[in-house]
Amino acid sequence: MAHPLRGQTAVVGVGLTKFGDLPGKTHLELLAEASHAALQDAGLKLTDVDGLFVSSMGRVFHPLQVAEYLGVKPSAIDGTNVGGSAFVNAIQHAAMALHTGVCNVALIAYGSSNRSDRKSGTRGPGGNPNAGVMYQSEYKPMLPVGAYALVANRYIHEYGLTRDQLSSVPVSFRKWAQLNPRAEMRGPLSLEDVAKARPICDPFTLFDCCLVSDAGAALVMTRADRARHLKQKPVYMLGIGSGTSHDQISQLANFTVTACAMSGPRAFAMASLKPSDVDVVEFYDAFSINPILFIEDLGFVKKGEGGAFFASGAAAPGGRLPVNTNGGGLSCVHPGMYGMFVSIEAVEQLRGETGARQVEGAEVALANGNGGLLSNQSTAIFGTAATLGASARTTKRAAPKKTAKKVAKKSAKKAPKKAAKKAAKKASKKAAKKVVKKTAKKAVKKPANKAKRRS
Amino acid sequence: MAETGNTFADEGAEKTFRAGLARGEFNIQQCGNCKKHVFYPRTLCTHCGSPNLVWKKAAGTGTVYSTSIERYKPEAGGDKNIAVVQLDEGPRMLTRITDIAPADVKIGMKVTAHIGEADGIKLIYFRQA
Repeated sequence: MAHPLRGQTAVVGVGLTKFGDLPGKTHLELLAEASHAALQDAGLKLTDVDGLFVSSMGRVFHPLQVAEYLGVKPSAIDGTNVGGSAFVNAIQHAAMALHTGVCNVALIAYGSSNRSDRKSGTRGPGGNPNAGVMYQSEYKPMLPVGAYALVANRYIHEYGLTRDQLSSVPVSFRKWAQLNPRAEMRGPLSLEDVAKARPICDPFTLFDCCLVSDAGAALVMTRADRARHLKQKPVYMLGIGSGTSHDQISQLANFTVTACAMSGPRAFAMASLKPSDVDVVEFYDAFSINPILFIEDLGFVKKGEGGAFFASGAAAPGGRLPVNTNGGGLSCVHPGMYGMFVSIEAVEQLRGETGARQVEGAEVALANGNGGLLSNQSTAIFGTAATLGASARTTKRAAPKKTAKKVAKKSAKKAPKKAAKKAAKKASKKAAKKVVKKTAKKAVKKPANKAKRRS
Repeated sequence: MAETGNTFADEGAEKTFRAGLARGEFNIQQCGNCKKHVFYPRTLCTHCGSPNLVWKKAAGTGTVYSTSIERYKPEAGGDKNIAVVQLDEGPRMLTRITDIAPADVKIGMKVTAHIGEADGIKLIYFRQA
């Protein structure tokens, strides 16, 4: 039986501000701008919002501050902070609140003046989320990068990941960024550029580390029945899974396995889908090791094969499984808590609105948020209208093999709806379909060997 | 309702551990129920949930589980080692390996604990065994 939340809610609007240096604006102003854009996109008004889901590394009372700032009086309010994945985690909370009728229009919103605050030396309270963690902060480690570096070195020790394989992650995402006019970093980037860049914390150089940006982002969700009558093509929430493994890095049980090994199966089970059903993947790439761990832990490739996967070009434009089609936190934008952006890119891909970087015919997208020091992973699986009804894909790009289709069709004609769903699920489970992946329209220029510094 | 009563000592695990450190002792908790060790200091066993955590002297020996070099400019103190050590009792802890060039610290290296101090706080560091 399908999970009660599968396909019951949808993203109906998304909004983004400009990215980069926005010294003239506060984080609340950026949040409000993005919220306005997302609501306009949905054809809804701020006064329709009765569910508010926010998170911030600023004030502890951030949800109250945002509700007041926007002038909304929400019946569901949530400010859970599990790190940058909070905005993917919030999709779970919003979906539950919407489905149960606790709220009707959920706004998930974020604004950050992280880059400008650092430049002006006005980083607010909570600016260092890893301060005051006993048995960790007392040693004054270089965080967050040090935690990810320790994980990367353990992974290298166990699986023999090479410098070029690790470098292929930022290089792959830069190729996508070059197709995205919004991306901050669009210059060429080679494996050599990454290897020779300024060392930060071994094995990471500058280009293994995400950007620091000013930006705002928001998305609006409603129940599926309402979504169908709104302005945009709804993007349905098929599955959501949250996984939490630790807070301080020393407490991660196995440094080569992230909480995606929990969040992924939870999300896929709710969606009644499997990794091979996914057309496009958006990861929170705070550091270059992350996507290697996530692609393995979510079941796309076997443990130890993530480096080879990225080095093969599989995730780059033209590859068999596009990953971080906006350019990711490494090349597109990263305002401190990037989680919102993985969902927004997934939604835009499924709406077919991403221009040169569009994954043609994309119907299932996976967005994975990473929080803390790999501490929380939140995995969302979105689908187009074509993915509803049957509990697995039955559409053109991902057509199950003939047998599956026939069984599903047959049952749909003769049997009541429930039985048809059951048959379709059973049949498509058997059909180990292989999707022929599309290529991005534009060819990507070969990166030159010139190192380009981040501003 | 259930009350905590005398299950928990008046002084929590945190204070007990810090007091030991001040006396030059590295103590660790072992669960009286499942016999597994716990570090950092807790109130309930993270393996089985039991409140029956018993203090014992740590062996002070372990193995480097992972290591990295934090790159600082020379004027900021230069490169620094950061490491996670797996104690022979099982738990892991973040630390720094001292008395060695950062690049010479290797995963799998046997290390022994010593107590140092940073900004007036006693901390456990390790050096090559």
